[in-house]
Amino acid sequence: MQSLGIDVLFKGSNFLRLLGGLWTAVRISLISVAISIVLGILAGMLMTSRSTFVKALLRVYLEIVRIMPQMVLLFIVYFGTTRVFGWNLEAETAAIIVFTFWGTAEMGDLVRGALISIPRIQYESAAALGMSETAAFRYVILPQTVRRLIPLSINLITRMIKTTSLVMMIGIVEVLKVGQQIIEANRKTSPNAAFGVFAVVFLMYFLICWPVSRLAAWLEKRWA
Amino acid sequence: MENEVLRIEHLHKVFEGSVVLKDLSLTVRRGEVIVVIGPSGCGKSTLLRCINALEDIQGGQILLDGQPVRRDARDITKMRQKIGMVFQSYDLFPHKTILQNITLAPEKVQKRPRAEAEEEAMELLERVGLADRRDDYPRQLSGGQKQRVAIVRALCMHPEILLLDEITAALDPEMVHEVLEVVLSLARSGSTMLIVTHEMAFARAIADRVLFLDDGEIVEESSDPKAFFSKPQTLRAQAFLKTFDYE
Repeated sequence: MQSLGIDVLFKGSNFLRLLGGLWTAVRISLISVAISIVLGILAGMLMTSRSTFVKALLRVYLEIVRIMPQMVLLFIVYFGTTRVFGWNLEAETAAIIVFTFWGTAEMGDLVRGALISIPRIQYESAAALGMSETAAFRYVILPQTVRRLIPLSINLITRMIKTTSLVMMIGIVEVLKVGQQIIEANRKTSPNAAFGVFAVVFLMYFLICWPVSRLAAWLEKRWA
Repeated sequence: MENEVLRIEHLHKVFEGSVVLKDLSLTVRRGEVIVVIGPSGCGKSTLLRCINALEDIQGGQILLDGQPVRRDARDITKMRQKIGMVFQSYDLFPHKTILQNITLAPEKVQKRPRAEAEEEAMELLERVGLADRRDDYPRQLSGGQKQRVAIVRALCMHPEILLLDEITAALDPEMVHEVLEVVLSLARSGSTMLIVTHEMAFARAIADRVLFLDDGEIVEESSDPKAFFSKPQTLRAQAFLKTFDYE
């Protein structure tokens, strides 16, 4: 069998560079997720509002996010808006904007789904016990919504981490890009590095996403 | 009348264009147990839901201790604290333990100290035989046990009147008894109750007064349940009671 090409990772600081790239990917997704959760809860509450105008507006927003590939959004924000509006945008900021724009819509839809899945009788029995609308929301509805939401939003987090592999297209040096650089630099000495390096990148994604998705499954079972 | 708790005057309720309750009047005295029976869709449940303003009403008024109960009134949460209600099913809070289900409203709404609320909750749980389930979650309980907890939860708010809306309708037959036993013991200890039920034997045993509701109005009213169930006066009540007999 030929060499697996893993040896290049032990040359110089290659492995540390790869870890640095991984951190960039995780950082972008964590910041985006954190902002998306806050904005998404607001969006989700608005999605259940009584105003048809507000609902229609958010519907359009959600559809745009679903239809548009994330890569196109990245290109529009990073290459497009910077020229048209003449502002200066760091690639990482552009990535966080796009991921948050996406995450807020998806999270909003999850919040909406969780809110409407709470049976009416829960609102009514809270009211029958003399709770005000605010008290019912705080002590009865919100805790149940959050329990339904956490496993779903964790799945969104893993999807975001995976999708960060696209940000190298706007010049961000994240884990996949570092991997490519290492392979390019060692083309002559280790022609098989593509296998070893990408396999390690795969393992890294796996080691980050797998525990997160196990956690989601565990919470789902516990709170079912 | 001095010992009157609830007075309903000319209650009129319309839902999506159809009249659900027509000019219904009723007075409930302290300690009285009133059972409301009637075919499904006759407005029994709606009547209970109107009393604690879960439904809008289109005419008439509802007075509790002489004070109007109105859905849009600022004091509606205060009024509802005096009216306990137990629903057909699934009204316990699934994310709270049995004890927390009972003490939530006393603590957060009535602002009673936790220790005191818990102490009373435990006494009541003891009475319905569920003290050992205090830390369980509703999903770990049977339907009958859940309904007993729901009754305790309502009682812990010290309501002046208890509304029971078909509380055994969703239960397996063998669980009906354990729930109705609790209601019977409440009646003996003098609780004021308005009960909607399909359990005719139970209605006969517990009622001080029976109301037969059909098509949104009180068709027959009797202070002698035994006589009512053996010899109803109106044709509609006779026809209705006949549906429970098999020959």
